[in-house]
Amino acid sequence: MTVSAQSDANLAPQTLTQRFSALHELRDKAPLFLSLLFGVTLYASVCNLYVPEGSIFHVSTYTITLLGKYLSFALLALAVDVVWGYCGILSLGHGAFFALGGYAMGMYLMRQIGDRGVYANPDLPDFMVFLNWSEIPWFWQGFDQFWFAMVMVLLVPGLLAFVFGWLAFRSRVTGVYFSIMTQALTYALMLAFFRNEMGFGGNNGLTDFKDLLGFSLQADSTRVALLICTSVILGLAYVLSQWIMNSKLGRLIVGVRDAEPRARFLGYKTENYKVWLFVYSGMLAAIAGALYVPQVGIINPGEFSPLNSIEVVVWVAVGGRGTLYGAIVGALLINYAKTRFTAIFPEAWLFALGALFVAVTVFLPQGLMGLIKRSHVENNNVEKT
Amino acid sequence: MRRLYLTLFNVMLLLISSHLFAANEPSLDGLTHQLTTAKLKQVPHIIEQLETQGGERMLPLFSAMLAGELYYRKDDSRLVHAKKMESGNFSLVDVITAETIGDVKKKTIKKVRVNNRLRTQLRSVISRLTLFSSDRDTREAAIKNMLNALNEGNIVLLSKAKADEEDQDLLVLIDTALSLNDLLNNAEIEVRLAALDDLSNSLEPIVKSSVEALLEKDDDGNFIESDVVLRNKAAVVAEKIEGKVGFYSFLEKLFFGLSLGSVLLLAATGLAITFGVMGVINMAHGELIMIGAYTTYVVQLLMPNAIEYSLLVAVPAAFLVAGFVGVLIERGVIRFLHGRPLETLLATFGISLILQQMVRSVFSPLNRQVETPQWMSGSLEFNAIFSITYNRLYILVFALLVFFALQLILKRTSLGLNVRAVSQNRNMAKAMGIRTEWVDAMTFGLGSGIAGIAGVALSQLTNVGPNLGQSYIIDSFMVVVFGGVGHLWGTLVAGFTLGITNKFLEPVTGAVLANIIVLVFIILFIQKRPRGLFPQKGRAAE
Repeated sequence: MTVSAQSDANLAPQTLTQRFSALHELRDKAPLFLSLLFGVTLYASVCNLYVPEGSIFHVSTYTITLLGKYLSFALLALAVDVVWGYCGILSLGHGAFFALGGYAMGMYLMRQIGDRGVYANPDLPDFMVFLNWSEIPWFWQGFDQFWFAMVMVLLVPGLLAFVFGWLAFRSRVTGVYFSIMTQALTYALMLAFFRNEMGFGGNNGLTDFKDLLGFSLQADSTRVALLICTSVILGLAYVLSQWIMNSKLGRLIVGVRDAEPRARFLGYKTENYKVWLFVYSGMLAAIAGALYVPQVGIINPGEFSPLNSIEVVVWVAVGGRGTLYGAIVGALLINYAKTRFTAIFPEAWLFALGALFVAVTVFLPQGLMGLIKRSHVENNNVEKT
Repeated sequence: MRRLYLTLFNVMLLLISSHLFAANEPSLDGLTHQLTTAKLKQVPHIIEQLETQGGERMLPLFSAMLAGELYYRKDDSRLVHAKKMESGNFSLVDVITAETIGDVKKKTIKKVRVNNRLRTQLRSVISRLTLFSSDRDTREAAIKNMLNALNEGNIVLLSKAKADEEDQDLLVLIDTALSLNDLLNNAEIEVRLAALDDLSNSLEPIVKSSVEALLEKDDDGNFIESDVVLRNKAAVVAEKIEGKVGFYSFLEKLFFGLSLGSVLLLAATGLAITFGVMGVINMAHGELIMIGAYTTYVVQLLMPNAIEYSLLVAVPAAFLVAGFVGVLIERGVIRFLHGRPLETLLATFGISLILQQMVRSVFSPLNRQVETPQWMSGSLEFNAIFSITYNRLYILVFALLVFFALQLILKRTSLGLNVRAVSQNRNMAKAMGIRTEWVDAMTFGLGSGIAGIAGVALSQLTNVGPNLGQSYIIDSFMVVVFGGVGHLWGTLVAGFTLGITNKFLEPVTGAVLANIIVLVFIILFIQKRPRGLFPQKGRAAE
């Protein structure tokens, strides 16, 4: 008796076959989605680098960075959708994995600054000089190597997701309890990272990055490269997640979502599947964070705040959970709206966001994609009769 | 005997010196005028002269100066006590004649500068002048001040004060000061040993540090105090004092823990109803607390002349306002999401954002000032190192009152019976003729109203701002989950356990780390016992 089973039963009066055929029809649109993603990326990149600035076709570097930021958010939303939409695990702490990935990337970028910092210390980042530290702490060792930082981007959040998931799922902490625990987790991490003694820059976080793999972060070409990189990784993550969800493993995960005790009685160790899915999702979120930091140029403990994590859930809810592309569409739409709204009426944004939470949960439980799906099914029904 | 001689000598010295000054120094008016023109270096000397010539009449001047509120008018150099008002203007009172001058703009007056050295001097001057005041608290402050700055002049004054003093506590304080002086400055070993004996019951910080100083060594490793008997005795006394200090600091931590626990309990009690009994995840709970706090603010705005009674009005007002908002939320949103807890969580989170922004738009994003009534300020002092502030004490009592009142409502009223029936088996309750919809709305209103009451109490402890609620929401959920959902006593135990644990960890780890440790502990605890400290048993457990 899980929650989503109830809600699905409430909201989808069609028969099972109808539901599956509708899902499959939308799944066929995956290539369409991918080509749209790459098309826009390619168009923006070319128009930024090769079209002169005066032309109306020119895409500004600001737009490129913004697009890159949105795509990293989309990857984060995808990660949340994988666990929430397909397995019914509502995590209110995915921002923690995102931020940890971001911090790992930020530490690499900090080490790349070298002696170009304000205090011109070749070994220590500025904030450590400021705190009068004499040498680099042990957990900063190795972050001057790109490969090491990338391994850490995956390893640290993955390990956290594993330990947390293993503890929680094994003792069958589910539903709301799990959500509140994840929220407490990210809150605790936020408090910890705000402390100067932690050695991650405290309040100010990590910033003032100079270059990545020797390329200046301020250069247009680097920005475009980062955008393309984000876009490709998002595409890959989408295909991989789609593949997992279509496989036998994916079916089982949906089974766990809809009737966990039944799956358990059939002999599956459901907690193992949940743990691995949680780790996979945590790693996706971490990659999103690592892509986000060089494009935005800062990472601070604010990224751990529970509000951020809950916002991600709303992106997914608005787009429509359990569809993968719904999460991505939701993330892009809401972030675009946020950029617009906060520029025009900064006061109104929280009102709009709050109203969106309420409206989507009450009127659109399956999100925008659910709306499309429903009309799709209705059309089919009309044709058949 | 020797003490007597010393005293006599001091008195004579004082007399002679005051005569000397009086003979060849300018008049009071001239001196006060000098204050407005003198350089900082010369001011200490002027203050000395003002003290000897003006005596107690100069007290308002000295206290205004100590508070940094001594100004002079630019046009006639008249010294005034200037208080800044909300409008930005200053209200002036002449420091010599105590005549009210009225309000002026900041431009027309100039501040008399003070530095730390001057403040120290002013404090001792004030204590000398107030030692014989008719007000007990003023005398106490003066004696304490002298205790921390012992010198020959002060000892003479204190000995004199001892003869007149009738208050028992103050006599003890004076004796402490005199004994401390004996211990530090007397040459005879018997007197010093006797003084040590007297001091062993004192908890004043200066006594503790002075006794401990007797045991210290200098740079070469030799004891500064040469007498072995005295050193040994000092060691015993220091240990005794240390033991007492440890005991009282334990009591203090315990009280702070209870106080934090009562805050957590207040914040979580409402949630224990909506989340624990009804099973509704209300993320807007913190904002309902915030609404209660803002209600207090508005009540105080409406009755500015009766701040003393404002809290008594604010408690029912906050209950009604927050309860009403709660019923609106339940009727407007939550009832459509029945049986879908994750969706409820998201929708109520949206509501919390709307409420926050609403408060920001109506009241401004800045913190608002809620005043503390006279009867809640101040503290209950047990001794020099242990005191309990009244506001925390009252809030502790208040939290328990609210908790037991709620227990009574749930156990003894028909609403309580209905609430329990609906939470145990909704369909059966419906079949028995209970209007479940109405019960839902009332229960939610009750939980929200209690959140509002919590807001009134919190407004006395923390800043009232739009983020007030957010900072309590995670803690409240932790308390409810830790105690066991649906179990009110569990909430009580969990609130106090977490509060006390936090306060006992704090000195060891620092406040933030203590917070983190407690959070991590709860996360781990929930893995071990997913249903909290007191899991529900029998039919109530689903």
